[in-house]
Amino acid sequence: MSVPANLKYTKSHEWALLEADGTVTIGITDHAQEALGDIVFLELPDAGRTVKAGEECAVVESVKAASDIYAPIAGEVVAKNDAAIDAPESVNQDAYAAWLFKLKPANAADLNGLLDATAYEKVAAES
Amino acid sequence: MIQKTPLYDTHVAAGAKIVDFAGWQMPINYGSQIEEHHCVRTDAGMFDVSHMLAIDLVGAESQTFLRRLLANDVAKLTVPGKALYSCMLQEDGGVIDDLIVYFFTPTQYRIVVNAGTSEKDLAWMRLQAADFAVSLTPRRDLAMIAVQGPQARERFWTAFPVARSYSVTLGVFQAAEWDGWLIARTGYTGEDGFEIAVPADEAATVWQKLIEAGVKPAGLGARDTLRLEAGMNLYGQDMDETQNPLESGLTWTVDFKDASRDFIGKSALAGRQAAGSLKVFLGLLLLDKGILRAHQKVVTAQGNGETTSGSFSPTLNQSIALARLPAGVQPGDEVQVEIRDKLLKAQVVKPVFARNGKSQL
Repeated sequence: MSVPANLKYTKSHEWALLEADGTVTIGITDHAQEALGDIVFLELPDAGRTVKAGEECAVVESVKAASDIYAPIAGEVVAKNDAAIDAPESVNQDAYAAWLFKLKPANAADLNGLLDATAYEKVAAES
Repeated sequence: MIQKTPLYDTHVAAGAKIVDFAGWQMPINYGSQIEEHHCVRTDAGMFDVSHMLAIDLVGAESQTFLRRLLANDVAKLTVPGKALYSCMLQEDGGVIDDLIVYFFTPTQYRIVVNAGTSEKDLAWMRLQAADFAVSLTPRRDLAMIAVQGPQARERFWTAFPVARSYSVTLGVFQAAEWDGWLIARTGYTGEDGFEIAVPADEAATVWQKLIEAGVKPAGLGARDTLRLEAGMNLYGQDMDETQNPLESGLTWTVDFKDASRDFIGKSALAGRQAAGSLKVFLGLLLLDKGILRAHQKVVTAQGNGETTSGSFSPTLNQSIALARLPAGVQPGDEVQVEIRDKLLKAQVVKPVFARNGKSQL
């Protein structure tokens, strides 16, 4: 299980990365893709949608089951990853490269409330 | 109670992801479920199905008992080793389980039932057997392995050359005993192959020899998408005690031919048939993007129906489902399926999507 140290995490297995341009890139963790199995469909939010922290805003479907994805922090969706929609298996191949969507955060400081890699490793080990 | 098959340690050592299935610790996959699926469609894969229960039936009235117990008619079985698929029904026509019965002699049969229903099935059979000269013996001392795929039989014979002469002439749904094993040309994937029952203490060795012959382990995940593509029902999902076989795509398994045979559930089914407007059980092919799952609402011109099983079809690279739909819906109709508050387009098809390595659409 890979848990990069430069990312922030949620208990619901999303990762978040603050980019240089102030946007936040969001995806699911390696642990999450492993648990889901072969991913075959992604439903991602359109640019312009405003989301609250913890709001269901995407769905990742594996052969086995559908899984809701929650916004780690509040903000406005500015992009979704069309390449991942066309090749959902890319999330299995590298869950940190195959991001799902990008947010313009309502308040970038909200990221400080998320888990760091060490804390997430404990969450993943217990789930 | 958590139960493990004789192959549990073998699965764990192979890196299988283990899940609970009807109280059994079973492998769902050994890596990629989709790769395991393709392996069975194109070459040969194997499944541990030891969680299913074999029940041996012996006694002078075995045939008479089964002709009462089962909706299909075992009188059709005359060649030793021949097998029959049947439902076992309640008096009201609801399905207690679906099973395979193997005929050896009119006084000796083997019945193989689902894992999750095995205790219930055995209790029901014993209750019904009280008035017949028969005895029922559950065989938890056996392990069962399904070797499936176009190369399954050849690879099985590579692993066990001596078994070839005993099993090479077996037709579909026919079995032969060999050295304490039962080798049956049956399966649940829509591919050729064998299901073999062996003493539990031989299971790990048999599994290893099959691996050496090029058979790849496959988990319950692939087993589910394979059976769904083949249009085979899953008990507890596509039918259960609240559904009858006539509205579950299983009319072909209910044998009314012998008017003098009174099987359990017969009068209820006859009444249901006479009442008309039976629901139809058909396949759905999702035309929009998404994944069909069980229990989604299906909107048709004749009213609403429901999906009973749904998933992604690795062979078709598209989502498929089995569905119970209002009378009058036919293959070719376009319907809508409600997925997360959206209505997506789907086409009604005959409920066989892929078998023998290719699309059946």
